[in-house]
Amino acid sequence: MAYWNKEIECMPPERIKELQLDMLQKLIANLYEKNQFYRNKMVQKGVKPEDIKTLEDITKLPFMYKQDLRDNYPTKMFTVPLNDVVRFHVSSGTTGKPTLVGYTRNDLDYWSEALARSLTSCGVTDEDVMQVSYGYGLFTGGLGAHYGAEKVGATVLPTGTGNTERQIELMQDLGVTAIACTPSYLIHMIDVAREKGVDIRKDTKLKRAFLGAEPWTEGMRKHIEDATGIKAYDIYGMSEMAGPMYTECEERNGIHIPWDIMYVEVIDPETEQPVPAGQKGELVVTMLRKEAFPLVRYRVKDITNVILEPCKCGRTSVRIARITGRTDDMLIIRGINVFPSQVEHTLLQIPEVSASYMIIVDRINSLDVMTLQVELKPEAFSDKVEEMTAVKKRVEYEMKKYLNIAVKVELKEPGSLPRFEGKSKRVIDRRTYE
Amino acid sequence: MSTITQLSIFINNEPGAIANISKTLKEANINLKAFNIAEGSGFGVLRAIADKPKDAADKLKKQNIIVKLTDVIAVPMVDQPGSIYEVSKVFGDENINIEYAYAYAGPKGAAVFFRVDDTAADARLSVQRPQRDAL
Repeated sequence: MAYWNKEIECMPPERIKELQLDMLQKLIANLYEKNQFYRNKMVQKGVKPEDIKTLEDITKLPFMYKQDLRDNYPTKMFTVPLNDVVRFHVSSGTTGKPTLVGYTRNDLDYWSEALARSLTSCGVTDEDVMQVSYGYGLFTGGLGAHYGAEKVGATVLPTGTGNTERQIELMQDLGVTAIACTPSYLIHMIDVAREKGVDIRKDTKLKRAFLGAEPWTEGMRKHIEDATGIKAYDIYGMSEMAGPMYTECEERNGIHIPWDIMYVEVIDPETEQPVPAGQKGELVVTMLRKEAFPLVRYRVKDITNVILEPCKCGRTSVRIARITGRTDDMLIIRGINVFPSQVEHTLLQIPEVSASYMIIVDRINSLDVMTLQVELKPEAFSDKVEEMTAVKKRVEYEMKKYLNIAVKVELKEPGSLPRFEGKSKRVIDRRTYE
Repeated sequence: MSTITQLSIFINNEPGAIANISKTLKEANINLKAFNIAEGSGFGVLRAIADKPKDAADKLKKQNIIVKLTDVIAVPMVDQPGSIYEVSKVFGDENINIEYAYAYAGPKGAAVFFRVDDTAADARLSVQRPQRDAL
């Protein structure tokens, strides 16, 4: 069994608790002193740094929400001056403004450190060739996996997304042994390879895949593994934490969370009280080393449960089970987070259509397709098909601009889309994952 | 040849959409002399010649149907080979671009309705041909 940092990864649980408490106390004291945003939250809740006497006292601290990041856009909640920030990433916000995250040099180092431990736990070494088929750029997937794999010493092939035939060719020519991408993209790749007469099992050296950034299931894992003979690992993370960071180990029984980087709680989203280990609830995380901005008791909204039983791999950190859903209405489409509220916000900027809409999500040839039905305003109607097509294209363009994904738009008659009283159900997700 | 008013109606591209519109037309007692349906990507436009287009449009609007009145040039023609050529050649000679056209053949004869971009087209064409009632 190979470890990247055995001492830390196999630390006795009692010692972990002592060290975590120490890290938490220092983190909170520092934020209380230097971070106006979190200090205000603590003052509002009437809690002081010295109230954190045990790890369990973390529940006295105020929660943080995605809305906090939006309200403090772009850098109002940063703890450090901007000259200490060495990178930004941007993900979708719930409305209008995106979510901006910043990284100090140490933040980047710990992001790569987390991935180096994770990749090592799955058997990746400096002999591997890792193809990174996550998007590079504002999205954290590409660069995150890239630097993590480089840290391990693997040879990185930064293909990014798209141009699937070329990706398969390079995979063969360069002897790629590991790939990081979304599960649906790998399934698509397998299909395209098959059409080109390429059998991943026989014609490539691929052995492992790190799949994440969208929900997937054991059924998809089996499908991928049966079709290719590779081992598929679940990878988890999000830009607020840093990016993709954590994976299963070779035992594949939950995602290991490095105790010195992130503290996890699982709560009942209604009562906001912790649930017992093993019971499903909403994930709440605290980044113990984060410097650029605070992430304390952050309501992730992903549904999971904590696994405390020791793992056969020897690592002593807690694990979380595969994410089974969300406590909000966020959709993940081709790895990109989409909130219905963003769609609504974008529609309000387009005079030709009303704010009524329906989102339909399908999986066609293993890829997510989002269809947006919108109602045309009567005064925007033209007898000319060309002009109507221009309205449709405009909506598609605006959606692409704000959501960062291609959306298929259908124009509808006014009043023809369902109206909702109370909680609206504007999303029909027809994707199946088995 | 004369300019007449047609109804242009927006329709959803889905099963039952045309049935819905035509039900409303029936209930409003609107008779269509001629119509065509243009297909956009994900929607359609129904264009139709009705007896009293303004009346018809008002009735449809009350039913929340998107309708617009647009002008088309109606050209009566003899129901025999070569008629379309004869008429379209005049448009071409006058350098008038036809956006779309659809035809009608009834007891009183045949006619074609042309939608053109050029608002003065009808006047220019009238010089070429004597006027006659299209319907």
